[in-house]
Amino acid sequence: MAYEIIIATTMAIAVLFALSLNVITGFCGQISLGHAAFYGIGAYTGALLTKAGLPLIAALAPAALSAGAIGFVVGLASLRVRHDFLAITTMGVSFLFVGVVRKQDVLGGEIGISGIPAAEFGRPGLLALAVGCAVVFALLALHIRRSWMGFAFESIADDEDTARILGIDVPRFKLWAFVIGTAGAGVAGALYAHNVRYIGPDSFGFVESVTVLAMVIVGGIGSVWGVVLAAAVLSVLPLWFQVIDDYKLLMYGALLFLAMRFMPDGVAGQVARWWAASRRGR
Amino acid sequence: MLFAELVVQGVVQGAIYALIALGLTLVYGLLRILHVAHAALFTLGGYVGVLVTNHTGSLTLALGAAMLGVGVLGMVVYRLAYRPLLERPPFVALIASIGLFIAAEEVYRIVFGSFGLSFVSPPLQQQVDIGGGILLSQARIAVVAMAVGFLALLAWLSGHTRTGVAWRATVTDPKMAESCGIDIEKVRYLNFFIGSALAAAAGVMVALLNNLVEPTMGAVPSYKALAIIVLGGLGSVRGTLLAALALGVIESFGTVYAGHLLDRDALAFAFLIAVLMLRPQGLLRGA
Repeated sequence: MAYEIIIATTMAIAVLFALSLNVITGFCGQISLGHAAFYGIGAYTGALLTKAGLPLIAALAPAALSAGAIGFVVGLASLRVRHDFLAITTMGVSFLFVGVVRKQDVLGGEIGISGIPAAEFGRPGLLALAVGCAVVFALLALHIRRSWMGFAFESIADDEDTARILGIDVPRFKLWAFVIGTAGAGVAGALYAHNVRYIGPDSFGFVESVTVLAMVIVGGIGSVWGVVLAAAVLSVLPLWFQVIDDYKLLMYGALLFLAMRFMPDGVAGQVARWWAASRRGR
Repeated sequence: MLFAELVVQGVVQGAIYALIALGLTLVYGLLRILHVAHAALFTLGGYVGVLVTNHTGSLTLALGAAMLGVGVLGMVVYRLAYRPLLERPPFVALIASIGLFIAAEEVYRIVFGSFGLSFVSPPLQQQVDIGGGILLSQARIAVVAMAVGFLALLAWLSGHTRTGVAWRATVTDPKMAESCGIDIEKVRYLNFFIGSALAAAAGVMVALLNNLVEPTMGAVPSYKALAIIVLGGLGSVRGTLLAALALGVIESFGTVYAGHLLDRDALAFAFLIAVLMLRPQGLLRGA
C-alpha cells in the first residue's frame, strides 16, 4: 500500500506542477523552458526549513514566496524578450539554477540534501495535502480563466501588441502570470522534496523543465482538464514502462514526438475536434 | 602565457560550436524552428566517423561518409518531422524536436552500447608547436582549419552561385522568392543537407579530440548551440560565428577564473542572459 501512496502523491505533485506552468504558458502564452528551476527553489527552501525544525505545512508558504520572488525577476525578463528569445532565456535560467546549486555548499553542492524529515502527518497525510494543493490550484486556474485577468492573459497570448493597444496593462498581467505560476511550482517542489526525501541538482535540470512542458502541451495548452489528465498519465508512464526498462526513455521520446506530429493541439484539442465532428454528424 | 593558451583553447572550442550552430541557424533562418534534434545528427556523425575509421583506417573517408550519410538523414528528418508541422505554432515543432532528440539518444545507446566507442588508433594526435611555446595537437589545428574552410566555402556558395542567391532570397522573403520562380522546397532540403553535414563534421572532430563518442555527447552542445544562435541574433550567420567564438573564449577564461562560482554550462547561459537583457535582439540582427 505504501508504494501506491507514493505513486499517487507523485501524480498529484506532477498535476500541481503542470497546472502552474499552464498559467504562464497556456493562459498567458509565455513559453518557459526553465520551470523546473522554480520547482527546485521550492524544494530547496522547503527542505532547508523542515530540516531546521519547521513543520512542512509551515514551510509551504515560504517555498511559494521564494519561488514566486525569483519568478517575478524572470517575469521582468519576459518584458524584454519575446517568443523564441524568451524560450532560450528561460532555458538559460534552468541551467543557471543547476549551475549555482552545484557550487553552493549550503545547498549540498553536487551531493544534494538527504535525510529530509518525513511529513509530520505521515504518508497518507502527505498524499491528502498534495491532492488538496492540486485541487485548490486547479480551482484557482478555472477561476482565473473566467475572470478579467483570464481575459487579459488570453488576449496577451493571442496578440500582445493588440492587447496593448486595447489598453490592457501587458507588463502587469505578464508579471502576475509568472508570479502565480512560479509560486505554484514552488509549493509543488516543497511537496516533492518531502515525498522523495532526497533532492540534488540533477532533479531540477533542463530535462525536468521539458518534461513538465510536455505535460502541458500533450494535454492541450491552456486546457485545465487536459493538462491534469496528461500530467497524471505522463508522470507515472515511466513507472509503467519499468517492465521494458531499457526502452522506457525511447518510448517517452517517441511518444512525445508522435503526439506532436499527429495531435498538435494536445488531448484537449483532439477531443474538442471529435466533439465538434460528432455534433456535425448528427 | 596562460592568457594566450586560454585564447587558443577558446578558439578551438569556438570553432566546434560554430560548425554545430551554423546548421541550426540555417534551419532557424529558413523555417523559424528551434531544431534541437540537430545535436542527434551531430552525435551520429561522431559514431559514423569512429566506425568507418576503425574499419577502413582512413579518416578522410570517414569524414566524407559521415557528412554525406548524416546530410541525407537531415533531409529525411525535415520531410518526416518538420514539414507537416510548418503551419503550427513554433512550440509544437520544438517539443516534437526534443522528443526526437531523446528517442535518438536512446537508439544510439541501445545500438552502440552505453559506454561509447573509441578509435582503435586515434589519428592526428601529434603535438605541434604553433609558436610561443604553445603546444597543440594536430587534431585541434585540423578542427580550426576545417571550420574556416567550410565556412569560407559556404560564404562563397551563398554569394557567388545561383543556388546561393536562391537560398538568400528564400530566407529574406519566402513568398516573394516563390513567386520569382524559386523552388523553395528544394532550398529547404538543401539547407537541411548542408546544416546536417556540418554537424556531422563537428561530430567527427569532437570524437577525434576526446577519442570517444557517447550516446549523450550531443546533450550539452545541443542546448549551447541554441544559446549561440540566439546570442547571434537568430538566423544571422555572421552573428552566429561571432557568438560561437565569443562563447568559446569566455568559457575557457570563465572556467579558470569563475569556476568556483558557476559550472561551465551555467557560465555560458549567464553570459547569454546578460547579453539578451542588454540587447534583446542578439548581438547582430538580420544579415
